[in-house]
Amino acid sequence: MSILKKALTTAALATALIAGSAHAQDGEKMRIALVAKALGIGFFEAANKGAEEAAAELGDVEIIYTGPTDTTAEGQIEVINSLIAQKVDAIAISANDTDALVPTLKKAMQRGITVISWDSGVAPEGRAMQLNPSSAPLIGNTIIKLAADHLPEGGDVAVLSATTTSTNQNTWIEEMNKVKGDYPNINVVATVYGDDLADKSYREAQGLMQSYPDLKAIIAPTSVGIVAAAQAVTDAGKVGQVNVTGLGLPSEMAGHVKSGASQSFAIWNPIDLGYSATMIAYHLAKGDATAEPGATIAIGRMGEVTLDDNTEAAMADPFTYDASNIDEFSSVF
Amino acid sequence: MNILKSRETILGIAILVLLAIIASRFPAFIRPQNLANVFTDTSPLILLALGQMVVILTKCIDLSVAANLALCGMIAALMDGAGVPVPVIVLAVIALGAALGAVNGLLVWTLGIPSIVVTLGTMTIFRGTIFLLTDGAWINAHQMSDAFKALPRTLILGLPIMAWIAIAVIIAFAFLLSRTALGRAFYAVGGNPHAAVYTGISVGRTQFWAFVFAGALAGLTGYLWVARYAVAYVDIAGGFELDVVAACVIGGIAIAGGAGTVAGCVMGALFLGIIKNALPVVGISPFWQMAISGSAILIAIAFNARSNRAPGRIILKQAEHRS
Repeated sequence: MSILKKALTTAALATALIAGSAHAQDGEKMRIALVAKALGIGFFEAANKGAEEAAAELGDVEIIYTGPTDTTAEGQIEVINSLIAQKVDAIAISANDTDALVPTLKKAMQRGITVISWDSGVAPEGRAMQLNPSSAPLIGNTIIKLAADHLPEGGDVAVLSATTTSTNQNTWIEEMNKVKGDYPNINVVATVYGDDLADKSYREAQGLMQSYPDLKAIIAPTSVGIVAAAQAVTDAGKVGQVNVTGLGLPSEMAGHVKSGASQSFAIWNPIDLGYSATMIAYHLAKGDATAEPGATIAIGRMGEVTLDDNTEAAMADPFTYDASNIDEFSSVF
Repeated sequence: MNILKSRETILGIAILVLLAIIASRFPAFIRPQNLANVFTDTSPLILLALGQMVVILTKCIDLSVAANLALCGMIAALMDGAGVPVPVIVLAVIALGAALGAVNGLLVWTLGIPSIVVTLGTMTIFRGTIFLLTDGAWINAHQMSDAFKALPRTLILGLPIMAWIAIAVIIAFAFLLSRTALGRAFYAVGGNPHAAVYTGISVGRTQFWAFVFAGALAGLTGYLWVARYAVAYVDIAGGFELDVVAACVIGGIAIAGGAGTVAGCVMGALFLGIIKNALPVVGISPFWQMAISGSAILIAIAFNARSNRAPGRIILKQAEHRS
């Protein structure tokens, strides 16, 4: 093959590629890239499932699910650069670093690509909006509601938190205390701290059961605490008397839900999150919604979200997992 | 021997006073069944403290015990996942723990690196290895076999096997330290290394064995820990090495080596274990709990330091008499 011929072929190929991408841009399918923290993580695979569901519902959307092989900002920058080169219509990213991705994402936005972040956010200048899986008030309400749902006659419940200085847990417990009045039969008798250590959490749970013989539920809004408390309840032979609930991961809680130590617990649903992120990216890229403080964006079956002053939005209450759906999700994350 | 004896008596009295104070706020704490639970709960601390004790006796310190425990516990959980029978797992983790301890011991023995530096390094390596084995994933209750989880909890004469293991090891260590040549060598090496060399004891080899014992116990405890709490992940028993050293120091094991007894060590561990178990039920604000644990340790150590202070050595007794 002569050099000329080779050059001609390359040129022809390039033209075809450019034409191809141009076609995609104003053609029938909108391309939305869902960027994970890393490939091969169950949580993000599940989010992709939700994104595909949204794409099927919308009809004119193609999902490009991608991400680096390990959870680094550098890897995501490479991925974003290649997405810019492919001229996708929108990027929805769960960021490995709040700030490091900003310059690359700015570049993408300058090229007319809609950029949103979900799950783990990007600094405001690097995205149009951020979709949080939930918000502190929603989580605070959910954790006490989980306990109340299984206590129709009410009773004593106690909170087993992480450390006394954990910002997340303290905020959630504070929010929970604000809405305590909505559950008049539920009596929160104590808040103890297991320091996110399995052995200390276990002992604190044992201590709660000794100090409050009528205890009906332990609320543990921490993944170490909820597992340790469930084990302590099982070992004390109080399955059925004391219900352990709070925030945990399905893969870690599956055994305790089956044993009955935990009737139900909550955490974000990655499928819903991927679904909602895709819906938002679609509406923003299409131009039938804008990302500005106070704006409302429809997210299909999940209803709608309202953006706050930082252009962040909370999707929904944490999703409740119980015996009916634990098997489906315990293999996911 | 008199001083040692009295120190243990004092510690015993301190434990009784502690129990009395707790009972005044929460009487159910001193029910025999609850005290048995406290002893069972303290068993891991007792096992590790005994291992740490022989290391400290030889003028060394092992900061890697908790990381060793976590690594062996994780491997026990992984072996269980692969369908290995529980007795084989127990023997394997003891051997593995001993091997990890031997690494510490060899570095101290052959390269002469201070043990605090060696074990600080291996501590990080062991934790890192767990991450490499699992990618940071957890092994949870439903991924462990029932036999695996049941062993430490099985009751024999009203006490769980975990507590019986602790009792057996306490007796074995009491025998080892008082009735065997190696046991006496631990004291000799720490008390006066130069004199030990003249009596034909290899200081390095003795320290090596101390690390092997500490490692083997950490390996065994690793299995017990993971089976009891039914969860294994990178950070289990994080910071536990400090509790272990604290238990030894409270128990009157001289940090400079050469002095200390099994009884003191066990009581030191029980003292800490009682505090840990009592704090959740006596209704003290969690913000005070850490300060209270810390103060208890300081008071005990201050007390030990006072009774431990060596009187000035009299070199020329006759001259002193004459003057």
